Amino acid sequence: MHLEYDEKERAFRDEVRAFVAANLPPEIREKTDRGHPLSKNDHVRWQKILHKQGWAAPNWPVEHGGTGWTTTQMHIFSDEMGAAGAPPVIAFGVSMVAPVIYTFGNDAQKKRFLPDILASNVWWCQGYSEPGSGSDLASLSTRAVRDGDHYVVNGIKAWTTLAQHADWIFCLVRTDPNAKKQQGISFLLIDMKTPGVTVHPVITMEGDHEVNETHFEDVRVPVENLIGVENQGWTYAKYLLTHERTTVANMGSIKRTFARLKREAAKVPVGDTTLLKTPTYARKVADLEIQITALEYTVLRILSQVARGGAPGAESSLLKIRGTEIQQAVTELVLEAAGYHAMPFVGEGGAAVGATFTARAAANYFNYRKVTIYGGSSEIQKGIITKAILGL
Amino acid sequence: MDFSLSEEQTLLRDSVRKFVEKGYDFEARRKLAQSELGFSREHMSSFADLGWTSIPFSEADGGLGGTAVDTMVVMEELGRGLVTEPYFPSVVFAGGLLRRASSALKAQHLPGLMAADRLAAVAYAELGARFDLFHVEMRAQKTVSGYLIDGTKIGVLGGPSANVLLVTARTSGNTRDRQGITLFAVDAASAGVTRKNYPTVDGLRGADVTFQNVEVDASCVIGEVGEGLALLEAAVDEAIIALGAEAVGIMEVLYKSTLAYVKERRQFGVPIGSFQVLQHRIVDMFMEYEQMKSMVLMATMAIDSGQDVAKAAAALKVQLGKAGRTIGQSAIQVHGGMGMTDELPVSHYFKRLTTLDMTFGNADHHLSRYMTLSA
Repeated sequence: MHLEYDEKERAFRDEVRAFVAANLPPEIREKTDRGHPLSKNDHVRWQKILHKQGWAAPNWPVEHGGTGWTTTQMHIFSDEMGAAGAPPVIAFGVSMVAPVIYTFGNDAQKKRFLPDILASNVWWCQGYSEPGSGSDLASLSTRAVRDGDHYVVNGIKAWTTLAQHADWIFCLVRTDPNAKKQQGISFLLIDMKTPGVTVHPVITMEGDHEVNETHFEDVRVPVENLIGVENQGWTYAKYLLTHERTTVANMGSIKRTFARLKREAAKVPVGDTTLLKTPTYARKVADLEIQITALEYTVLRILSQVARGGAPGAESSLLKIRGTEIQQAVTELVLEAAGYHAMPFVGEGGAAVGATFTARAAANYFNYRKVTIYGGSSEIQKGIITKAILGL
Repeated sequence: MDFSLSEEQTLLRDSVRKFVEKGYDFEARRKLAQSELGFSREHMSSFADLGWTSIPFSEADGGLGGTAVDTMVVMEELGRGLVTEPYFPSVVFAGGLLRRASSALKAQHLPGLMAADRLAAVAYAELGARFDLFHVEMRAQKTVSGYLIDGTKIGVLGGPSANVLLVTARTSGNTRDRQGITLFAVDAASAGVTRKNYPTVDGLRGADVTFQNVEVDASCVIGEVGEGLALLEAAVDEAIIALGAEAVGIMEVLYKSTLAYVKERRQFGVPIGSFQVLQHRIVDMFMEYEQMKSMVLMATMAIDSGQDVAKAAAALKVQLGKAGRTIGQSAIQVHGGMGMTDELPVSHYFKRLTTLDMTFGNADHHLSRYMTLSA
């Protein structure tokens, strides 16, 4: 048993650190530093820089352009990315649809879709949730009816994140209305330019346009866009849900925002001292730091299990719950530190220049309420853990 | 001891509630919040016609001589409607200071405030002051006939529409001295006053105000020269308690709409209210709401009976922060994705609760203050 990274892992960490320091465009770093939303171009630009280095999709198999890194290396990579303020990977292409395609898709689909995902030429979004089915995903009702060599798709997908940028959407659709809930669902790839697909913006409470409702009206999708076997889509979706096990905690970004919080709180004057030295605030900061440590070592412990061939079960739900709670706690402490400076409304594009770290403090606090809701709410995750540990 | 409203107070409550329910549906509120001004002058005039803007002022000053309970009743109902009209900054907060001014100043300002054809705002916060009311860097230099005011105030709620600004400035001493702070009533149109106006994150309006060699007459001093802090502290404590009442109205809406939502929203073939994990969350909301209501009644009656108002206000503010977080965050979480949207009222109520925690100092600030006051 040993706690530290070994020599090779440390060398790898230094390599990643040096690469990001040399290649991350300063204007992107500044935006993430200030908590401002990144544009599509920011994401694509950074992803292409990573692609040139061969690091665009560390988690993929080497044959499709992955890195062949160990799980520890992947952890080091995402840790360093977060710590440096690199844009988080927009998961939908690289981390979500791609693993499904290379695991369950046919050769033609792999050839057609994977290179463009790797090179960030195509932007993907996810069509899972529906207005009537949030936490109860399997109750979805978007229909795909076979008509010759096409499916005709009708329905509404809710919370389609950044669909306004998307070229393609991967959807769960119902192909057999008579089957039991989880059966009768298929995994379909749909070109967003197909007639009948419309994207309707949904503005969230902080005033940003991040999510949408995507409508499908008699959308004709070639049968060749079906992944795997008809009516087996739920299996693929479940595979995908558990695929990104350890990055779900978002350790890198947590550590970065927390370090920034401490730096900034040390600058907030409170009488003759600073906020960071005020007992009530200092106590909360220390408490949160301990929570972060507990989470980080849980992540590392699970990683080493995975490296030895173990398969985490309920632990990934633990990481989702604690990771999101801690992310929220950081935004809450930033908001507290901001005080009256958080009062002016700052929209998506506004005040990027000259504003302090507090400018979007309220916006981020509001926006981060989503993290305990999306991707399976905390209540759903606790249900999963309950089933696992009580053996229900 | 009696916690019930009098007949007149019940009538007052019903009258404000009727206004909110009839004329202030959520879409109307949204339009107002998004307008340039951020509220309706006509609504403010109606408030004046109905007498609400005259409540805090004595009959001798031409007001209705209402009690703190009367103000509480109005504020709670305005909270339920998430009303954007600057009743609080102008009538309650600035009015609370002006009530303590000389007869001449009262005669000059109160009629306009009560008629709501003139609005007032208090400019007290400064960069670097955080929540300390006594941290005043802004200078008021004595001249032959009055003072020259120089400096910047931030976060002035209701500042953009105010005709008169009540300002703390230092007539002697250093930035963090409790003595030497003087309150001035400054015409917002005075030469040298510049406002940077902005919508606030909760849809209201605020301003950062810069005073550059602004000339004010000696007659504009509220209270005694150098003794402004005590006045401000008293007005702020009463204002905190009034905001507590607004928070109660907001919490009631959040608690009740969340309760209604879990009964109607179905997942896994059943209403989500049948899940115990959500049931207990709603129960926590209910318990915090009830205790908040009690704190507001306690603190409001402390004003009317002249008891330890500072300690009551601090205690209430701690409860506001705690209950606001529990109730606001739970309301969003239980509503799920829908709770995140701008479309649903619930997110707007949550945002206002969040800024109420910040206003006049958050729960931590008032917990420390409570400890000092108890020592």
